[in-house]
Amino acid sequence: MSLRPDADAGGAPARRPLPPRRRRGGWRAAVVPGVISLASLAAVFGALGWWIGSAEQWPRIRLQFFNLEAMQASFPRVLQGFWVSMRIWVTALVFIALWALVLAVLRSLRAPWFLPFRLMVVIYIDIFRGIPALLLVLLFGFGIPALNLPGLPNSGLFWGTVAMVVCYSAYVAEIYRSGIDAVHEGQWAAAKALGLSEWQTMLYAILPQALRNVLPALMNIVVALQKDVALLSVIGVRDAVREAQIYTAQTFNYSSLIVAAGLFMLATIPMARLADWVTRADRARRLQGAG
Amino acid sequence: MAERIRLEGVGKSFAGRRVLDAVDLSVAAHEVVCLIGASGSGKSTLLRCINRLVEADEGRILLDGEPVDGPAFGRTGLQRRIGIVFQSYNLFPHMTVLGNVTLAPRRVHGVPRAEAEATAHRLLAEFGMAEFAGSYPERLSGGQQQRVAIVRALATGPDVLLLDEVTAALDPELIGEVLRIVRGLKDAGMTMVVVTHEMGFARDVADRVCFLDAGRIVESGPPAALFGAPEHPRTRRFLQRIMDAGRL
Ligand SMILES: Nc1ncnc2c1ncn2[C@@H]1O[C@H](COP(=O)(O)OP(=O)(O)OP(=O)(O)O)[C@@H](O)[C@H]1O
Ligand SMILES: [Mg+2]
Repeated sequence: MSLRPDADAGGAPARRPLPPRRRRGGWRAAVVPGVISLASLAAVFGALGWWIGSAEQWPRIRLQFFNLEAMQASFPRVLQGFWVSMRIWVTALVFIALWALVLAVLRSLRAPWFLPFRLMVVIYIDIFRGIPALLLVLLFGFGIPALNLPGLPNSGLFWGTVAMVVCYSAYVAEIYRSGIDAVHEGQWAAAKALGLSEWQTMLYAILPQALRNVLPALMNIVVALQKDVALLSVIGVRDAVREAQIYTAQTFNYSSLIVAAGLFMLATIPMARLADWVTRADRARRLQGAG
Repeated sequence: MAERIRLEGVGKSFAGRRVLDAVDLSVAAHEVVCLIGASGSGKSTLLRCINRLVEADEGRILLDGEPVDGPAFGRTGLQRRIGIVFQSYNLFPHMTVLGNVTLAPRRVHGVPRAEAEATAHRLLAEFGMAEFAGSYPERLSGGQQQRVAIVRALATGPDVLLLDEVTAALDPELIGEVLRIVRGLKDAGMTMVVVTHEMGFARDVADRVCFLDAGRIVESGPPAALFGAPEHPRTRRFLQRIMDAGRL
């Protein structure tokens, strides 16, 4: 009498095959989107490939940029350069992290006698955030070695790295500071009421929270810097890009640039994934904290 | 009884606005004084002047006869003698309960770690928080967090406690446990200045209630007198409003 589902179930053995039907549904649900994604991928990239391949100059470009032999031949030198890039990256990172922390802390301390330092930091940040990194690298890399400063190295490698540190620390100091400012005012009050000096308050109460606040933003800087160290190639530092260019100049083949690009990708993609993961973990932590 | 805290003509302005105006107040040792008053009347500011979280512009504040900003207390002596507990707990979220409680003894007063932790464990046990020593504050209920904040304030062995609306952020069912603790501190002889909106609690526990209005103490006296027969029209109006809101 009632609206039984078996009325339109189609066939007598409709009662029993319910589980198989459900399984078939599950199988479809799992596979169909996958197939659609694959088909759409193939269609888009196929069309793109066909479009590029149909270009009149494609065979010549393929020889010049994707020449497997040239890639193999240039690989050892580019890899060596890449190793230099990564060393610059790590060195710069360490100094940026520390120097920016000093700047941010100096700017955030509140006691009146810090005023001159606060002022100096503000000026520093304004100056070095305003100058393109490439210009700084050129100015430091060509200008300072010409001074022949006693007691300091004259290499482009050294001064180029200094330029990166100077430039990036201005940004990172602002990131740190936003993290410090985001710490609730009550934390300062609590620490002060317990007798902590301003410096101790910073060290024990504020900075740990501030760093946690800005970790995702810092991770993104880390990834950006990993690529930006290539700027040092313009002052003759023999990094991956420079080595690739040297090969290009000698052979009139650009495949070495593709090798360099590939190496940078290999390095940055895991870092970017790590940054995403840190961001997600941070968001989860915040949600948990709020809930 | 000996006078513990004395305020003489204390004034404070923020950006030209007078928040405290010639406040006189004397608190005897072991006395509990409750400050009541409308929002913005300067209660928190008054409390914070006593332990120098806020520096008074005018007047004098004395602890045991010594100016709180004088040489008698050095840089950290005052904080050792006076503990404060805030409405929003202000625990350090990145430290465990034990870390919160031992921070000041260890880093400010140079107490060796083992000793500081022993004291902390004893105090935590006393306030029913022994099992949470290793927990992070965000895992605790509001009432538990406030108990930790009280323990943290007590860890340096102060003889004066300033409480700023310590139950205002708590769910109603958690208010009682914190108020019981405050009552216990009074019984243990702690000198306290308590800002509160809990008029029933003020009536129960206070030796004296001060009504603050626009930065002035307009009336003060034993709770029975102040709540029973307020003299000043502003006090009457304030209490009437509280009564209308069903909080007395
Ligand atoms: N650091 C500050 N800077 C500027 N103004 C302030 C500051 N602290 C307090 N005030 C102002 O002083 C007045 C008194 O503030 P206070 O916190 O002492 O009031 P309160 O009686 O504790 O109020 P509530 O019951 O809302 O806590 C308020 O108008 C407030 O805006
Ligand atoms: Mg207040």
